[in-house]
Amino acid sequence: MTTALQDRYVLIENVNMTFQTKKGSFQALKDINLDIREGEFISIIGHSGCGKSTVLNLIAGLLQPTDGYLFCAGREIAKPGPERAVVFQNHSLLPWLTCFENVYLAVERVFADTESKMQLAERTSAALGLVGLSHAMEKRPNEISGGMKQRVGIARALSMEPKVLLLDEPFGALDALTRAGLQDELMNIMARSGCTAVMVTHDVDEAVLLSDRIVMMTNGPAATIGEILEVDLPRPRHRLELVEDAAYTHLRSEVLKFLYERHAKKAA
Amino acid sequence: MSVVSFNKEKMIQTSESAVQAAPAQPVVAVVIPLSTTAAVATPSLQRRSAWAATTKPVFEWLLPPVIGLLVFGAIWATVAALTQGLPGPVKTWQSAVELFSDPFYINNPNDMGIGWNILSSLKRVATGFALAAIVGIPMGFVIGRYAFMSRMAAPIISLLKPVSPLAWLPIGLLVFKAADPAAIWVIFITAVWPMIINTAVGVSKVPQDYMNVAKVLNLSEWKVVTKILLPYVMPYMMTGVRLSIGAAWLVIVAAEMLTGGVGIGFWVWDEWNNLNVEHIIIAIFIVGIVGLLLEQLLVLAAKRYSYE
Repeated sequence: MTTALQDRYVLIENVNMTFQTKKGSFQALKDINLDIREGEFISIIGHSGCGKSTVLNLIAGLLQPTDGYLFCAGREIAKPGPERAVVFQNHSLLPWLTCFENVYLAVERVFADTESKMQLAERTSAALGLVGLSHAMEKRPNEISGGMKQRVGIARALSMEPKVLLLDEPFGALDALTRAGLQDELMNIMARSGCTAVMVTHDVDEAVLLSDRIVMMTNGPAATIGEILEVDLPRPRHRLELVEDAAYTHLRSEVLKFLYERHAKKAA
Repeated sequence: MSVVSFNKEKMIQTSESAVQAAPAQPVVAVVIPLSTTAAVATPSLQRRSAWAATTKPVFEWLLPPVIGLLVFGAIWATVAALTQGLPGPVKTWQSAVELFSDPFYINNPNDMGIGWNILSSLKRVATGFALAAIVGIPMGFVIGRYAFMSRMAAPIISLLKPVSPLAWLPIGLLVFKAADPAAIWVIFITAVWPMIINTAVGVSKVPQDYMNVAKVLNLSEWKVVTKILLPYVMPYMMTGVRLSIGAAWLVIVAAEMLTGGVGIGFWVWDEWNNLNVEHIIIAIFIVGIVGLLLEQLLVLAAKRYSYE
């Protein structure tokens, strides 16, 4: 690495991804190249089926690329690791554990070697407190709302103190009001933690509001990065102020034009 | 009384005080429609719903089984009246009362009370069943977790599963050289397949989401088993256990008929040799009732381990 590690914190180089299916091989991704700075918030947007979740799973280490390389903090990504935490779309909490236990499972894995049980419990409580769920720690996932489940998912990811936070359509299954609330919270949390984030989304407003850069993907098969849009809106950003903001409106229309003019998906 | 408030707690208070005050003086207050209906309409509604609450279940849940049993008894009595040697319900009942008046006598090893026979059958089932759980559940885990093991075990399981467990009795007699372990061996064979198969199915059905969590959190194999697989598989395992206990109880009667000794199956055979048909019919009921109780016991246990 000759360039500063911070500028190329997550590095995706010439990645191709081909899946072997029953109907033959299917090329999902082609020639993906992306550098992500440390502390940057990146959104990956595209129509469904364009392989944006595949990109995320590659960074997570859940998938291995057919060709090309992925690096995180200068080391090749070979398998999932606690420095790259994932927030899943369907929260993926274990239904037989309480919220506390769900988060504790992650905390324990990362910090059990160096910290006492009490410190681990404190970390768990702190993570749940961060997402405003101190009151629901002893509840099971099926006793809380969808928004709260997703908060637990975020708390679990953040509790590991990851270098990179990977979010796979984190608010996709939530209603619009809950989603807006969680987006604001996520923005605050990210501003405080300074952690790098990659978020897959299909929500244009969400992408513009949260991101430093928006990676727009072409349609699959053999999807690739179409354009990258710099979102230079000053932070902290406020939802209501941005509604009237000319720069915001312009960025928003740029993404919309990409998605619905240049790379419109034919109705299935 | 006439305070109209949109405070929820107050609303409840208002309606409650209205109910209390009702007998003494007519309620003149302008109450919110909701609480009016609550205060006025409740008594008659309550009476009607009380009627519905006691009578409807009687019609829907109690009456049909009672009728079913009566019809069964009537058919039985008719057939018994027409057939020589087949005792009817009344005669069987008298015989049962006599039999259960002294269930735990011991005259000699071949003539013991009905209670002893039931208990020794249950003991055999419990032993064979426990051994099957000890062997079957871990095997199910291994088979469900590793595709290689699953493919390895598939031909053996598919070949042996359809075989009647009784076919294994001679092998048991040959190997153990005694009747009692052979009967337990047959129960083991009966119970082990459902346990292996259900546990394996449960393990193989663990959602990929949970396994992804395990991968992302980098959980150790021990944590994967205790925190993800075991809790997820528990309901499947309990289904296997329930199926096995049912089958085991079915098979024990036949096995004991063949092996002899003390036990409900042998008792049936013994009473057939004595031509005591009432006792055979009683035995049928005993087997049925004990089987039902075992199953219900496990249904209760399964509920405890369900996380839904």
